[in-house]
Amino acid sequence: MTQKMYAPSYVGTVTKYVFIDSPNVSPQTLAIRAYEISDGVMIKETCFGLQVTGKPDEVKMLIRELRKVDPAHIFVKDRGFPPGDPRRCRANLGGARPGYYGHEFESGILRYISRGLEETASGPVSVKKFEKKKLDEGKLPVEKLLEIIENEED
Amino acid sequence: MAKVFIYPATSLVLSDMVERWGHEPLGAAIAIRERIQTASLDSPPLQMTPEDPKKGLRWAAVEVPAGVRGRMALYGPMIEEADAAIIINDADLSFGCMGCSRTNELVMYLLRKRKDIPLLDIKYPTCEEEGIAFVASIKEFLAALGGGDDA
Repeated sequence: MTQKMYAPSYVGTVTKYVFIDSPNVSPQTLAIRAYEISDGVMIKETCFGLQVTGKPDEVKMLIRELRKVDPAHIFVKDRGFPPGDPRRCRANLGGARPGYYGHEFESGILRYISRGLEETASGPVSVKKFEKKKLDEGKLPVEKLLEIIENEED
Repeated sequence: MAKVFIYPATSLVLSDMVERWGHEPLGAAIAIRERIQTASLDSPPLQMTPEDPKKGLRWAAVEVPAGVRGRMALYGPMIEEADAAIIINDADLSFGCMGCSRTNELVMYLLRKRKDIPLLDIKYPTCEEEGIAFVASIKEFLAALGGGDDA
């Protein structure tokens, strides 16, 4: 069996998702701002925000400026593929790619995160610790497991 | 700047907050990007080649399914490289890179086994109050790592 060689594109670039979940700023507004300051960075406007691709320093600079538009409602994440890659683009797959289900889930809690970012921006807040008991919620306690094992042995 | 492994490795909120407060998030996209941008044999969609499950043998035994070993070839090096880790315990992401429960258990085990790095255990917030606690605990954790600068 012969295998084709793979020649990568966009080598040395980074791609980032920019999600906007704001009552005041739409993805279109954010895209216009991004075009204004893009300086050669490739920008793709999407329904949830943007995808930006470029050299790491240029992308970092762009993200830093974009965050200023609405700091508590803009969320940024790395992406492995460049935008429109035929292996991942939904135009070729015939449906949402797996990663979108994760984004969909986390989009539901972004309003709580935004609230947290707004509260913590002004200074430290007293942190209500996630107690051990809560982390173990729903799990089988060790004592109960031992009891079951002992009962089985009888 | 510390390298912070995030679990789930595809998490938007964790990736954002680690980067926001000046550290480097280590997630699935970083490892995938490395493969996508490296010339090799064509192996779509993720450029995972037969070499990857072999690399995964460092973290998982040979009788473990290739899916686990292949995923460990992505996550294993980042777990070893990490200076800190954040784990969301009730993440129920069962698709894509996080679609293998056994791998997820192994990743959490390996992170907890590394006693030399600080680790933050949290849960997804379900209300505003928990959202504030969620963000504040991550911010406090990242500030304690030092060397961060606001992005």
